[in-house]
Amino acid sequence: MGSLDLSFFTWDLVTKFLIKGFLFSVELTVVAMVGGILIGTLLALMRLSSHKWLIYPATIYVNTMRSIPLVMVILWFFLLIPFITGRPLGAEWSALITFTAFESAYYSEIMRAGIQSVSRGQVSAGYAMGFTYSQNMKLIVLPQAFRNMLPVLLTQTIILFQDTSLVYAVGAYDLLKGFETAGKNFNRPVEAYLLAAIVYFVICFSLSFVVKKLQAKIAIVR
Amino acid sequence: MTWEWEVFLRDTGGDQTYLEWLMSAWGWTLAVAACAWVVAFGLGAVVGTLRTTPNVWLVRFGNAWVELFRNIPLLVQIFLWYHVIPAMIPVMKSLPSFVLVVLALGFFTSARVAEQVRAGIQSLSKGQRYAGLAMGLTLPQTYFHVLLPMAFRIVVPPLTSEAMNIIKNSSVAFAVSVAELTMFAMQAQEETSRGVEVYLAVTGLYIVTAMTINRIMAYVEKRVRVPGYVGGGN
Repeated sequence: MGSLDLSFFTWDLVTKFLIKGFLFSVELTVVAMVGGILIGTLLALMRLSSHKWLIYPATIYVNTMRSIPLVMVILWFFLLIPFITGRPLGAEWSALITFTAFESAYYSEIMRAGIQSVSRGQVSAGYAMGFTYSQNMKLIVLPQAFRNMLPVLLTQTIILFQDTSLVYAVGAYDLLKGFETAGKNFNRPVEAYLLAAIVYFVICFSLSFVVKKLQAKIAIVR
Repeated sequence: MTWEWEVFLRDTGGDQTYLEWLMSAWGWTLAVAACAWVVAFGLGAVVGTLRTTPNVWLVRFGNAWVELFRNIPLLVQIFLWYHVIPAMIPVMKSLPSFVLVVLALGFFTSARVAEQVRAGIQSLSKGQRYAGLAMGLTLPQTYFHVLLPMAFRIVVPPLTSEAMNIIKNSSVAFAVSVAELTMFAMQAQEETSRGVEVYLAVTGLYIVTAMTINRIMAYVEKRVRVPGYVGGGN
C-alpha cells in the first residue's frame, strides 16, 4: 500500500488550478441545462404536434443524438463548428454548443413525458374556454408538465454535470482538468485524481439528496 | 467539400489499412462492452438483491455501493482504476488497461443494474415472499426459487437500455488509450485529416451496434416475458 501525500493540497492550489475549472464546469452545466430545457421543450412540442413536417425532423434529431456516445458528439461538433463559423471557436465555446445540442435531446424526452402526463381533459377544457394552442401550452400544460418533471429534470442535470468531465476529449479546462493539471505540476497525480473523485462525489451526492427531498415534497402536494 | 472514402484503403504505416484498423477497433469496443456487461450484471444482480433483504447492514452496504458508483463521473472512475488503485494495490500494476477499463465500466454500470434489480424484486407482491417463507423455505431458498426467477424476467426491458448505454459508455475508454472506436476516430482523424469520413464510419458502427443489441434484447424480452404480467408491453 503506497502512502498518500496530501501536503501539496493548499489554498493556493485551489485558487490557481481548481476555481477556474470548477467555474467552467458549472457554467457548462447551467448553460446546457437552460438551453437544453428550452430547446428540448420545443422539440417535445414538435414531436407531439399533428404536422408530419414537424414530427419527423424532431424525432430524427432526438433519436440520433440519443444513440451516439457523447464523446463522439463532442468530437463531431469540434470538427464541424469551424466549417460552419469559418474560424475555430476554441474547446470551451465548442463544448457549450455541443452540450446544449446534446442535452436538449434528453431533456426533450423528459418534457414529452411531462406534457403527456397532463390529462387530456385539461387541454380540452382550455380549448373550451377559448384558449389558443399557445395560450393552452403556456398557461395550462407546460407549467404542470414542468412541475411534474422537476425531479427528473434535476436528476438529468446531475448526470449532465458528471458528463461535463468528458470535455477532456477536446482539452477544455474543466474541474477534472484542473485537478489533473495540479497533479502534474506537483507530481502527485494519484492524490489529484482521488481528490477529484471525492469532490465530484460530494457535489453529486448532495445534489441528489436535495432532489430526493424535493421529490418527496412535490409528491405530497400532488 | 468532396468525399474521399478511399481514405480507408490507405496504409496506416503499420502493416494494415485504416479499414482493418477500424474493424479491430470495433472489436475492442464490443469486447470492452461485453466483458463490462458480464461484470455489471453479476455485481448488479447481487447488490440489487442484497438491497431487498431484511438485513439492515446488507441493505446499507447495497445503498452505499449504488451511491458511490452513481455519483462519480465515469471518466473519473476510469482514472481511479487506472492511476489510483494500482498505486495502492501494487498487484494491479501489471494489469493491462483493457482489464482496468472493463472493471471501471462494469462497476459503474453495476450500480444502475442493481437499481433495476431492486426495483424488479420490490415490484413483486409481498405475498410471494411470505408464501415462500410460509411454505418452510429458508430465505435464500425463497429468493432462488420464488423471487429471483420472476424478478429477472421483469427487469429485462430496463436492462435493454442499460445494455445499449454500456456500448455508448465504452467510448470513454479512449482516455486510457484502449484501441476502441473513439480512440480510432481521434487518431485516424489526426493522421488522415479526413475527419468527416472517419467520424461517419465510427458513428455508423456505434448505431449499428446499439440497434443490434436492441433487437437481441427484444428477442430475449419476448422469450422470457411473464405471460399476463402487466408492464411487459405487447
